[in-house]
This record gives sequence, structure tokens and C-alpha cells, in this order.
Amino acid sequence: MLKKEIQAIIEKSKKWGWVLESDAQKIFSLYGFKTPKYDVATSSDRAVTIARQIGYPVVAKIVSPMIIHKSDVKGVVVGIKDDKALIQTLERFRKLDGFVGMLIAEMVKGIELIIGAKNDVQFGPMILVGMGGVGVEIYKDVSLRMAPLTARDADHMINQLVARKLLTGYRGAEPINMSVLKKTMINFSRLMMDLKDIVESVDLNPVMCTAKACTVVDSRIMLKK
Amino acid sequence: MNLKPLFEPKTMAVIGISATNDRHPANVIFAKNNHRYPVGVYAVNPKGGKLHTETIYLRVADIPKKIDLAVIATRAELVPDVMADCIKAGVKSAAVISGGFTEGGRRDLQDRIVSMAREAGFPFIGPNCLGVYVPFKVDTFFLPIERMIKPEAGGVTFVSQSGGILVDQMIKFTQQGVGMAKAISIGNKAFIKEKELLAYLTNDPATKVIAYYIEGFGENEGREFVLAANSCAKPVIIMKSGKTPAGNRAVSSHTASLAGDYASFSAAVAQHNILEALNENELVSFCEVLSSYTKPIEGNIGIITGSGGHGAMTVDACSPAGIKVPELSAETKAEIMKNLTDNIRAIASLSNPVDLTGSAVDEDFVACAKVMGASPEIDCVIVLLLPYIPGVTLDIGVKLSSVSKQFNKPFIAYVPQVEKYTMLIEGFELNGIPVSPSIEGAVLMAKALVRKQPC
Repeated sequence: MLKKEIQAIIEKSKKWGWVLESDAQKIFSLYGFKTPKYDVATSSDRAVTIARQIGYPVVAKIVSPMIIHKSDVKGVVVGIKDDKALIQTLERFRKLDGFVGMLIAEMVKGIELIIGAKNDVQFGPMILVGMGGVGVEIYKDVSLRMAPLTARDADHMINQLVARKLLTGYRGAEPINMSVLKKTMINFSRLMMDLKDIVESVDLNPVMCTAKACTVVDSRIMLKK
Repeated sequence: MNLKPLFEPKTMAVIGISATNDRHPANVIFAKNNHRYPVGVYAVNPKGGKLHTETIYLRVADIPKKIDLAVIATRAELVPDVMADCIKAGVKSAAVISGGFTEGGRRDLQDRIVSMAREAGFPFIGPNCLGVYVPFKVDTFFLPIERMIKPEAGGVTFVSQSGGILVDQMIKFTQQGVGMAKAISIGNKAFIKEKELLAYLTNDPATKVIAYYIEGFGENEGREFVLAANSCAKPVIIMKSGKTPAGNRAVSSHTASLAGDYASFSAAVAQHNILEALNENELVSFCEVLSSYTKPIEGNIGIITGSGGHGAMTVDACSPAGIKVPELSAETKAEIMKNLTDNIRAIASLSNPVDLTGSAVDEDFVACAKVMGASPEIDCVIVLLLPYIPGVTLDIGVKLSSVSKQFNKPFIAYVPQVEKYTMLIEGFELNGIPVSPSIEGAVLMAKALVRKQPC
């Protein structure tokens, strides 16, 4: 069952047709996914307070119902090291279309994966996993299954990726935590079953995976029309 | 809902008969069933009259017998009234051949017959279809009998959204010696759909393999179908068309862009133990091999050939299909060597593929097959059989088939296909060994056995 808070967020987002990143992150966090520490500021003072609490360096992202693809308008700045750079970024974001705030989040490292879902007309929620980041549609190294996923499905999906060796400790790198990744995928597929009447598609991109955790760094929820 | 009257009718009404035009679809259907199949056939048209010497009944209700199957071939606008008559008269099922429903912009007509059928629990197939062909039972296809190519009776039931593809596939099955249990054209699949047929065919003793040609599923019907197919004890094969997106729809997420309609289709069917045939070649190969063998294999192939080139080509085709051609152990090789004829012992190459050379005789093929049959190193044997090798006889098929049966291990043969070799090919096929006319086809057959999970 969906939590009341999740329902409220979705209700509020219907007018835009999608869920703002700050709200989407809230949903995933409420459903038990690991998300980076973050908060949203509209003033310089508040921005500085949040950044200092999280600890530099931080990431800043535009929050605007008009901007779905943040990178296209340089709406994501990573590695902000001090107050000055943070305030400059805020000033620039203010001028972007539909500005309602700046999301400030901790920097998370790891291997970039995408975990996504699409509500297919014929098959209902389909779950996707693959190598993430901005190149996802170029490399197309992804695997698909119908939700809800079993542990066996999650296994097969990961094994199907061309780049799976990058996940298991390629050339001395530390392998990522497979059991956490599989749990994240399975948990995500269950959430998508719960949301199937409301959601059109979802991208968790990137999900940063390390030896310890899989952290949902950015998320986008498109609602059904 | 009982579909048996649709597939095994004892009585059949053909509605929409013309008193003057013998090439009218209804007349063709009447003529080909009347006195040819074990079914009583009755002609119906509200205008009445005579079809040659036969009475044309005004309404279904006027027929003196209870009707199992009504074949409706009237104009679309008349179908709702005809169906209402059928339901009222206690007809048990219908095939609606008539076109002119959703495909012609008349969704209203289709909706009317569907709601009528749903309310009455009245099973009908179509509209806009050929209906059903069941060997020795019934044939509602409006194709003149002299033009139909009918495969042997066998284990494959093919369900098709397109009547044309179905008829073409029957030609290909005939060419490849694949036997059919039923051919079912579902057209607009307004009421009886893929899922209902799956349920019926799962319990149909004549059907061993269930194959579909699908253009697309309705909303959420793909999900329901694959979940049902996953627990079906018979192999299910799908060939899909409409794989390329109609246009560049604007998609706002990466996932929606990457998980297109066909990508989702393909992933969902594979996940649920359904074999997707990518083209007609695969479809025929999969159907043929799965009507012979149901036991899945790991995919360790032993290859027996009379020509080194054929062996090498087969190995090359195996690797991309994910099939292994393992090196044979020293003991296995020694065992093969021991049993070969003297002439061959000196010249055969015993690594896998085993090349018995063009000097081999039947006994060499049989000896090698027996060792591979007994060896746990190999779980499927591909025999590359060249009928022009002088020492090979017409009996090779039956001899190898008894080895396959003795060791309960699947054998697949490649034999070049020309009319001259027909008897040799039938020696394999009629004794249960599937034969492919191409090396790639033989490997596809092995692939189908690997991909099929235990039921």
C-alpha cells in the first residue's frame, strides 16, 4: 500500500504531469531507497546553511516544473566547493525558466547505473537496468523484464549486461554490492506495481553503486496523462 | 466456455450462402465440408431457395438439428442479428468470417457482438478471419479445396492474427514435413483471444506445440497471456510482426525510449518461457523440433558428418547460438574408433565434429551415433547427412532413429532437400528425427531445445 505522504506528493504533481526531483527523491526515500542527503533552498542564506550541514563539496540542481532535462540547461553543477560558488550557481539558476528552488545534495561516488520502469500498454510495468549516466541511450547496454521481479529475474538481468564485468571488480576495482543492487531492483519493481495506475515511466539515473550501497542520485517520475 | 464444438463440430450451419454464386466464401465453405468431413452441413440465407439440390434454410432455428458451429459469412451489418438468432436457437459456437468491423471503422458492430456473446457465454472466433482447420474434422477456410495446401496431421497448432500468414505457414509446414493439429485464424480476436485458446490447447491431446503469429496484444492482455503461458506444460512459440515503431513519438524518459513496444514484448515473452521465433525459418524449425522432443537439453552437441566443411560450418553456427560443441574425451574417441569399419578407421577425424569422410557407410554413422548416444558428454546429436555419399543407404534415417530412441537422446539431421532425396528424408522424419534443409536450421532446432526450460 502507498503511504499517505506519497499519495499527497503525486496528487500535487498531477498538474505538471511529472514529479519534481525533490519530491521524487522524497518518494524513493520513503519507500526505503537510499538517497543522498539533500534539501531545497530559495535564498542564499538557506543555501549556505544546507551546504555547510551536508559538507562541501556538494551538488546543486535546478528545481523547476518547466525543466525535465536539467543537464540541457546546465541545471546540474557538481563539485561545488565553497559558499561563493554555491551562491553564484543559485543566482544563475534564478534566471532559468520556472525556478522554484535549488536542490543541494551530498556528492556520491560509484558506478553509474540506470534503473527504470515503463508502464507498457500490453505488459504493464516493465523494469529496466543498465549502465547509466548521460550516455545511456547511446550505449543501450540495458536489460528488461516484466515487474514484479524475482531474485532470479534480477540475476538474469544483471548477467545480460555487456558491461557486467565492470560491476564485479574489473581490473582491480572493488566489486559493487550485488545483493544490494538486486534488492534495490526488486524493491523498485514492487513500487512500480503499486504505482501502475498513476505512473507512465520512471528513470533512476544515475544510481551510484559501490561495495556498500546503491544510492539513487537522481530520479524522474513521469505521470500518466 | 466450451470451445470443443468450434473445433470438433458434428453439425455446422453456413450462414450467408448464395443461391447463385458458387465462389461466394460461404458457398466454398459449404462445398468443402459437405460430404468430405464428418460434419452435417446446413446452408442458411434469409432469402431461402435452393443451393443446387440442397435446401437453404431461412434461419438457423429452422434447421432440424441442434447446431454445434455456425459459420457466419454475411455482410457485417447483418452479423449482430444473425448472432442473436444463433444464441436464441441454442447454437454452441461461431466463426465470424465477415470483415468490416473495427478494421473497417465499425467498432460499434464489433462491440455489439462481443457484448452479446459475453452475456450469453457464446464462444465465437473472429470477426474478419478464416476460422478453423482441423485435419479430418472441419475446415472453415473460404479457400477452394483444390487450392489449399494441407500439412500432414501432427502435433503443431498454429494460431494466427493474420489468415494469410496462417495459410502460408501451412505451405511451409507441408514443405518441411511438420504435422499440424489445428490451424486457427483469429482475425480481430474480438472475443476468443490468444489466452482462451492457450487454455483450450493446453488440454487438447492432439496439440503438442502451440505456436502464435501475433501483431499485438490489447491493453494488459500481453501480461495475462505470458503469465498463463509460463505455467503451460507445452512449448509455446511466438512470431511477432510490427517490431519497428510507427514513428518517433516524443518520450521524456530514457527508460520509455529504451523499453520500446517491441523491446518490452521480446523481454516479457522470453522471461516467461516462451520461444520467440524471429522469422519464418525459426518458426518452422522450432515447431518441427519441439513436436519431436520435449525434453530440454544443456546444449552439448555432438556432430557427425561425412564432410569436414559441413562440420566446420555447423560449429560456426553453434557458437553465436550459445551452443557448445565439446571436445570428446579420449575414452569416447577410442570407443568410436573401435566400432568403425576398417576402411574408415584409418581416415576418420574423431574430434567433435566427427568426420567419417565420404567413404563412410551406414554402419559407421550408426556406430558413432551409438557411442554419442551413450556418452554423458553429449546431450544432442546433429547428423550432417549427405545422400550422395556412395556408402549411405536409404535406410540410414530409420537406423539412426532407433539409436536416438534407444538412448532417449534428441537427434537432428541436416539433409539437402531436393525431390530425389525425399525417401531418405522421410526415413528420418517419419521415424521421429526432424530434418532441416539447411545447416543453420539444424542448429536453430538445437537452440530451441536449449532455450526451452523444463515444464
